[in-house]
Amino acid sequence: MSPEYQIGEGSLEALFAAITADGRRIWGPRAAAGCIEIGEIRSAGELARDQVHPISSAKAAAFPRVEKILSYRMDGKDVAIDDPPLPARPTVLFGLRPCEARGFCALGTILNWGTPDRFFNARMERTTVVSIACTRSDEACFCTAVGGGPDHPAGSDLLLHPLAQGGYDVVVLSDKGRALVALAPDRFEPARGAARIALAKIEAEFQAQEITEQLPRLFDHPIWSEQSLRCLGCGACAYVCPTCACFDIQDEADARRGVRLRCWDSCAFRLFTLHASGHNPRETQGQRWRQRVQHKFSYMPERLGVLGCVGCGKCSRACPVDMDFKEHLTEIAKFS
Amino acid sequence: MDELQEKAKQLLEAGTVQVVIGHAAGRGGRRPVFVRSPAQAGKLVHDDGCWQNLATYLGKPEVRKLGRAAVVASPPVLRAMVQLGAERQLGNDEVMALAVVTGGPVRTLATLAAIEGHLASLPDEPPAADRTELGRLAAMTVPERRAFWAEQLDRCVRCYACRASCPMCYCERCTMECNRPQWVPVASHALGNLEYHIVRAMHLAGRCVQCGTCGKSCPLGIPVHLLTLFAERSVQQHFGQGGKASGKPVFAMSTFRPEDSETFIR
Amino acid sequence: MMEKVTMLASDTASPASAQANVFKPYLMRIARTTDEAPGVRTFRLEFVDGAEGARFNFRTGQFGLYSAFGAGESTFCIASSPTRKGYIECTFREMGRVTSALADCEVGDFVGFRGPYGNTFPIDEWKGKSLIFVAGGIALPPLRSVIWNCLDRRDWFGDIIVVYGARTVKDLVYKQELEEWDRRQDMKLVVTVDPGGESPDWKGKVGFVPHVVEALAPPSEEAVAVVCGPPIMIKLSLPVLEKLGFVKDAIYTTLENRMKCGLGKCGRCNTGKSYVCKDGPVYTLKELETLPSEY
Repeated sequence: MSPEYQIGEGSLEALFAAITADGRRIWGPRAAAGCIEIGEIRSAGELARDQVHPISSAKAAAFPRVEKILSYRMDGKDVAIDDPPLPARPTVLFGLRPCEARGFCALGTILNWGTPDRFFNARMERTTVVSIACTRSDEACFCTAVGGGPDHPAGSDLLLHPLAQGGYDVVVLSDKGRALVALAPDRFEPARGAARIALAKIEAEFQAQEITEQLPRLFDHPIWSEQSLRCLGCGACAYVCPTCACFDIQDEADARRGVRLRCWDSCAFRLFTLHASGHNPRETQGQRWRQRVQHKFSYMPERLGVLGCVGCGKCSRACPVDMDFKEHLTEIAKFS
Repeated sequence: MDELQEKAKQLLEAGTVQVVIGHAAGRGGRRPVFVRSPAQAGKLVHDDGCWQNLATYLGKPEVRKLGRAAVVASPPVLRAMVQLGAERQLGNDEVMALAVVTGGPVRTLATLAAIEGHLASLPDEPPAADRTELGRLAAMTVPERRAFWAEQLDRCVRCYACRASCPMCYCERCTMECNRPQWVPVASHALGNLEYHIVRAMHLAGRCVQCGTCGKSCPLGIPVHLLTLFAERSVQQHFGQGGKASGKPVFAMSTFRPEDSETFIR
Repeated sequence: MMEKVTMLASDTASPASAQANVFKPYLMRIARTTDEAPGVRTFRLEFVDGAEGARFNFRTGQFGLYSAFGAGESTFCIASSPTRKGYIECTFREMGRVTSALADCEVGDFVGFRGPYGNTFPIDEWKGKSLIFVAGGIALPPLRSVIWNCLDRRDWFGDIIVVYGARTVKDLVYKQELEEWDRRQDMKLVVTVDPGGESPDWKGKVGFVPHVVEALAPPSEEAVAVVCGPPIMIKLSLPVLEKLGFVKDAIYTTLENRMKCGLGKCGRCNTGKSYVCKDGPVYTLKELETLPSEY
């Protein structure tokens, strides 16, 4: 895709101001408590630039960790159910990695499987994704092993390429992207073919297809308990993952009113599949680790037509015991 | 092989233990490892990058199944083992320790009693960096501290990495999992997060081994260890309960004495 | 991997504001409650909005998520037959937070219902065949729906046999139904309790369900078997049925797994690649054997 525009580094502040003046909030990588996370930013100066990856993903913009899906009022025997108003505040996600943007495709596919998810869809309708292509990667990255790449366009509305002279080439990928450019048209000059900073080279150590093919026959293999011996069964990997969508539904109520909330959940928790009787279909951490990989690399491709992983590596970086997903997946892919 | 690797190898060769729980090189850091054959003992390393408290694995069923274990144990890990013994989670000679200090000698300790004896010669306090942070917190006014924690805990996503990595959080059914009643909301909104972390700090007050692993495990860098350290220090200051000792443990938070000061009740 | 470089959520044709809230339950009024057995209760639920009730339809085997407002949702099959309009019924055991809150409800109280979800017993395909239903304990409810559905379409089928057992006489559910089925001339009902579970005036059989089925020896020619019960009962009944000549794709069962959404999205109920809430809960033995037993 060739760029239509370029934008100077110095123009970002004005672009942010135009976005804010339009009533939109901006989320992007920002510094917090010794790490880089995705959160609300109000000026281009707050945008964190030096990291390869923020620790968290931007999925909370469309799939928040707590979402009200219903509310109700109780008055004696009477109950009235209310639909919560749809989220209306438009958002610009600025400075995402292309893999994070690609994650929204899988997320949307899961949440809209069979029936529409109006909450996710309403947020996505109002979200514009501006990604910046990767000129650096780290040991945890493996986008190229799962069909992605440092400048993959899927999920982005604008894709920016850093230029050697500073500033960015701008590739417009959608109407939403075009509408964003129109907020500050004087800041976007026609692209002049300026030299780009070279894209990061990410060597693929496996191909997702290899894993998908292996997984059915590896179901009962000891590799799962072996790889997951150090896994603590927390939810860090699921919660930072751009494509993980597993959720819980919880009511919070008093005698007169209540809300029903959709909350993030993780297949790594023992509680996830626990029956009221005490029976647990996935009693061991090995079975739960297997579910994670099988779901992302076997069940999702087969049932939903999309892979459940974008190779961002956030899972590996977030894991407190260094469950290195690229390493584990490579081992699975090469199994013979 | 260095001294640690050599000692681990000997224990495995002799069949004294079936697994040595330690650290090995990982991607850009150190990771917990479960060495089961003498040949693999060369993987073991110990340095300041080995921060995960390995005692947390002593309660994990999948690890217990591997057989009798020796743990490569820095002082906080040793303290955890003694505390677990005091709470009847570990028998006196159920698990061995290869006591390590970075750059120092390795001591093989076969019982909790031996570990306790060894700990008597070591300082029992949090790392210097954490002591500085605790001082900073203590110097804040209550409103300042409240604002600090409100901001930090608002970011919490309730991944429970803190709980999962803590050797003293071994309850098979955590308070958070109780839904009759739902003591603490499941949802990771600000109130639920605050309640969870306060409950956890209270459940650890008097039991925390001051390793800081909970805070370091947090993927978002929230310094939750400062909460538990603060609570632990308060218990030590107000109730004189300090150090990790076996024998009958006296938990300040769950023990009533007639002479307890009750100035908060009139 | 086929992937479209387009705006997201583009596969949903209408804007979000025009999409239904799939988590919103119907409001239902408890019209009747029946105490079936210790801790087990049946609700008859009517739609508060009559127009919704008139439009509502489901197929036998499907389930729903029932709300105790203030406590949460729980998953039960629809225990009534789709041939009976104007109400649905569910039977549940008081086990946890939500079922206890439901057990505290009375006639006239409002509960929520989301559904119908899941697949169905393919009774159309069973036309001309004999049907043998094998159920144990609290697992009669999912079969009750299909038994009544088949009885309401009686001339579609050959013989109808129901074998139902529970641990003790007290644990038998649908006691009134059992009397009705016993009196009917167009079906055969065999009720049994476990050895030691009989009462002094018990007139039914005494013996474990699999043994009773074996002794009964229902013919498997042009027949379909539907089995539902505690795991051990299923495990021991299946070899009996196979020995009697029932082929694997003529043996049906329904599965239960922990559920929250019922829509195939929350990621919880899958056994292998099969989502019990979407691909089930009805499975043939042949299908079940292709899946791992993650249930």
